[in-house]
Amino acid sequence: MAETILFVLMAMGALVGAVTIVAARNPVYSAMGLLGTLFSVAVLYVLQLAHLVAAVQVIVYAGAVLTLFLFVIMLIGVDKSEDWDEKLPYQRAFVGGLGGLIVLFAGALTVFGNFDWVPAATNTIPEATNGTIQAIAELLFTDWVLAFEATALLLTIAAAGAIGLAHHRTGQT
Amino acid sequence: MIVAAGWYMALAAALFVIGALGLLLRRNALVMFMCIELMLNAVNLTLISAGRALNDLNGQVAVFVVLVVAAAEVVVGLAIIVAVFRRRATASVDELSELRG
Repeated sequence: MAETILFVLMAMGALVGAVTIVAARNPVYSAMGLLGTLFSVAVLYVLQLAHLVAAVQVIVYAGAVLTLFLFVIMLIGVDKSEDWDEKLPYQRAFVGGLGGLIVLFAGALTVFGNFDWVPAATNTIPEATNGTIQAIAELLFTDWVLAFEATALLLTIAAAGAIGLAHHRTGQT
Repeated sequence: MIVAAGWYMALAAALFVIGALGLLLRRNALVMFMCIELMLNAVNLTLISAGRALNDLNGQVAVFVVLVVAAAEVVVGLAIIVAVFRRRATASVDELSELRG
């Protein structure tokens, strides 16, 4: 029962935050909507026993990424004068089609309501998906070690690239 | 598990589509970036709920990789936005049309 109540509350929070991101004229409000969505999704992670991922979500996304977004918004100024005239042909029609599809999807879910999208678990070890640090680290440093190394390299390259882009020599434009 | 995994996936699908709509509708590069983050989060939610339903921990480890890629993408993307703003004094993607063929 508690899970259902929390799920409904957090799902509404995530959806309201997502709509705020898209609809708000002021980019700061968009950032606040993103914050609400990120926290709601973190609570949904906890509901699914992904405790470590939830903590990392709050620390990395809400802590680092969102702060970076707010810094850049303040750096380049709050730009409310966005041009809402659509310059690409068919773009609005495409968006309308996509939006119509999701409304259809929601309607079909409500009417036909079948939520067995994932086949049942083959091995039913109790609490096997309990995302403790030890359980995740065992997988990360055995099966996923190549992805781990690749993302480490990617982070290093991204940091070096950001420094190279941000480095502003005086005398040059 | 009281709430079925399908509900989480339906929520993730809705979040993903809202992010995609925002990416198509908005012209502010920063807001478009936030929409990309929203879409990445929706995919993460799908991975977690699939892992929970299948009783498999690999879904959570995959989310870690996605998180790192998203962080790297934000770092480079925001650096590019700041570099463009220095040169053009705008964050609107419609102004940047020099590469048109």
